[in-house]
Amino acid sequence: MSRINSSAELEKLRQDILSTRDPNKPCITLCSGSACQATHCKKVAAALELEMEKTGLMDAVHFRKTGCHGFCEQGPIIVIYPEGVCYLRVKPEDIPEIVSRTLIEKKVVERLIYVDPTTKEKVTLEEEIPFYKNQQRLILGQNTKIDPKSIEDYLAVGGYQALAKVLLEMKPEQVIAEVKAASLRGRGGGGFPAGIKWEAARNAPGEPKYVIVNCDEGDPGAYMDRSLMEGNPFCVLEGLLIGAYAIGAHEGYIYVRQEYPLAVENVTVAIRTAEEYGLLGKNILGSGFDFTIKVHMGAGAFVCGEETALIKSLEGKVGEPKARPPYPAVKGLWDKPTNINNVETWANIPLIINKGAAAFTSIGTEGSKGTKIFSLVGKVNNTGLVEVPMGVTLRDIVYKIGGGIPGGKSFKAVQTGGPAGGCMPESLLDMAVDFDQLTRAGSMMGSGGMIVLDDETCMVDFARYFLGFLADESCGKCVPCREGVKQMLKILTDITIGKGSRGDIELLEELAEVAGSAALCALGKGAPNPVLSTIRHFRDEYEAHINEGKCPSYSCRELISYYIDPDKCQACMSCGKKCPAEAIEGGKNLIHVVVQDKCTKCGSCLEACPARFGAVRKISGEPVPAPLPEEARTVVRKSKPL
Amino acid sequence: MSNVILQIDGREVTAREGITILEAAGSQGISIPTLCHHEKLEPYGGCRICSVEVDARGRTSVVAACLFPVEQDLVVRTRTKKLDRIRKSLLEMMLAHAPDSEQLQALAVEYGADKDRFEKEASFCIHCGLCVRYCAEVTQKNALGFIDRGARKEICFIPEIASRECWECKECFPLCPTSALQAAFVLIKALTFPGPARESGVES
Repeated sequence: MSRINSSAELEKLRQDILSTRDPNKPCITLCSGSACQATHCKKVAAALELEMEKTGLMDAVHFRKTGCHGFCEQGPIIVIYPEGVCYLRVKPEDIPEIVSRTLIEKKVVERLIYVDPTTKEKVTLEEEIPFYKNQQRLILGQNTKIDPKSIEDYLAVGGYQALAKVLLEMKPEQVIAEVKAASLRGRGGGGFPAGIKWEAARNAPGEPKYVIVNCDEGDPGAYMDRSLMEGNPFCVLEGLLIGAYAIGAHEGYIYVRQEYPLAVENVTVAIRTAEEYGLLGKNILGSGFDFTIKVHMGAGAFVCGEETALIKSLEGKVGEPKARPPYPAVKGLWDKPTNINNVETWANIPLIINKGAAAFTSIGTEGSKGTKIFSLVGKVNNTGLVEVPMGVTLRDIVYKIGGGIPGGKSFKAVQTGGPAGGCMPESLLDMAVDFDQLTRAGSMMGSGGMIVLDDETCMVDFARYFLGFLADESCGKCVPCREGVKQMLKILTDITIGKGSRGDIELLEELAEVAGSAALCALGKGAPNPVLSTIRHFRDEYEAHINEGKCPSYSCRELISYYIDPDKCQACMSCGKKCPAEAIEGGKNLIHVVVQDKCTKCGSCLEACPARFGAVRKISGEPVPAPLPEEARTVVRKSKPL
Repeated sequence: MSNVILQIDGREVTAREGITILEAAGSQGISIPTLCHHEKLEPYGGCRICSVEVDARGRTSVVAACLFPVEQDLVVRTRTKKLDRIRKSLLEMMLAHAPDSEQLQALAVEYGADKDRFEKEASFCIHCGLCVRYCAEVTQKNALGFIDRGARKEICFIPEIASRECWECKECFPLCPTSALQAAFVLIKALTFPGPARESGVES
């Protein structure tokens, strides 16, 4: 491929690509993101290629391996265009039927389409599945239309139009003005206005200037940046180039977790391809603007997602945060002005330039514009990546998109913002989700993690889990975080094992104040959020643990016992056979008894007991009734009706 | 550099732009407690005992005085109820590691900290980093460093360098606010210096 030297050449190439593509030619796309790779999409791809060859469809049908479609728990996902027929949980053995029925006969394979878990209604088209229908996928949507390794695919969906416009028609100040007018706030956690950050870096004295993509996504369960980097790397590169031009930087870094091998691979391929096309390097599109990008792999420390720690890590030093001010915009990488934004923020830039700030600000709330990608996980029917306009309610996300709580359980809380975020109870379900509302509710946007909890989750234990994570990931530099988080974790652990004492809640609040106000960086400052938000909304659970030795969710192992109700037990031996600890006494016609000393509280007996008997139950906060004397254990059966 | 005017504890203070709150307060005889600060070293901001409250650009926040640069119209409070609570808790957490440190004990009296509040974990180190940083920045020997992170973080002499450099230097010794450094050094000496260790039988 020869380089593209001007805007006109770029447009000509785009037209050439489009002229070879018939929009009515069938195209079968297979999600090949990391989640679908875990469910063996590669085997599906191999089966599909084989089958297409066998049936001679190679020329008549286009096969495209795309990035993440978002509906990850239903993967591997196949969507067949132009109709948009969507097949879920596809296995290699389904392929011959898909090819013969759908590609050749144009009929739907009913057993592979979406079935609503509540209404049992079947949905054929991707866009009509409630999970997708209620989203607004301005950023993530492109993932389903392109092969992340193909610059031609990206050009075909309008890629690099924004870059051409910026480099050849706009001054750097105009670009910054546009991003400021769009009120784009950083998607990585802080929510700081990107345009203001860019302006500060542009105006800061010192050369050279740097731009960085933060792809050190580390929140448990969150993977939107991963999916963008894997699924649409050219878009991130385009956003970065636009920012670099606006700020006056000629060097950029992509800091990506080494645990994201596909993201590393795809962005590396994208950089190489862009260099070949002249969309990176010297004199890009004949504008005189030069820009190069290097990829740097993080070594796995959560705290390196914090911008100052990331910069130190990039410099080859220990990834510990440093105090701000000075902000990276003034004194960042190698002490030079540096602008760092996260993947999703950069991915929003081409959209803003293409559609304009006015269109962008027409979406969202007063203080938060545009869309946000959440990774919706936990106790919810439809898990995956969800892109919604700012201001949508939690209820819409959990119920309309997420399809509600599985297994007949009830909703308890939703946790947002990653380990340093907070939990919101049912009473806040109608809250509009944006940066400011989440902060007001004691949580935060964070990078967009959203974990749904049902009534079986103990909120004290949940807070303990996150504090454990943070204690592990604290860099250890400052006392409020290193020691404070450790002490909070100790108290929470004690509470969950029945060793809580009166005054623990107050002590937690005191330590939370210390870490929350005096810690060096956002990790320590945010660490109290899981504790404070659960105390705020679920104080009764803390009190039950401490005062009554009771876990109201029957989840804390040390505070529960399994008990077999002698009036209900039919001596069927089901539980005894399943018990891995041989903790169940009893035999044929003898009522079963859990030997509490031997019981490991795994819950196998509860699962094994037939529902029609329902003899096994959990007890918490009260003594286990004494077992029947051995001579009284013979089961008395009701006589069966003749 | 030009001067800025700020307010510290109600007093108007003129300070050179670029200096920290700690330096500006010191120039006025206003004392802010410190543990990890040393005038020969780059500010670190680890112990947070120098936390002060500032009002800047319409927001009140707690910042480390040793790091935060003065700015025009900044309002600083070096002693408030909240700061006292923070310093007390920080001292209590550090005293769990180094209950016998005189420097910590003196501050504990000032802020009413109870050295027995948290369960003892006598590591004797509060991670102020004075030894590590002094060795890197002043003597430039880099004979000791931090290893691991978070609650597992500790100071560690690097035997190859320590065996060569430390015996004649020991400049970091008096900097240690607890007795951690000596303890670590003695241990490493025993392991590294072949002569005395063998004689005392420590090696076997």
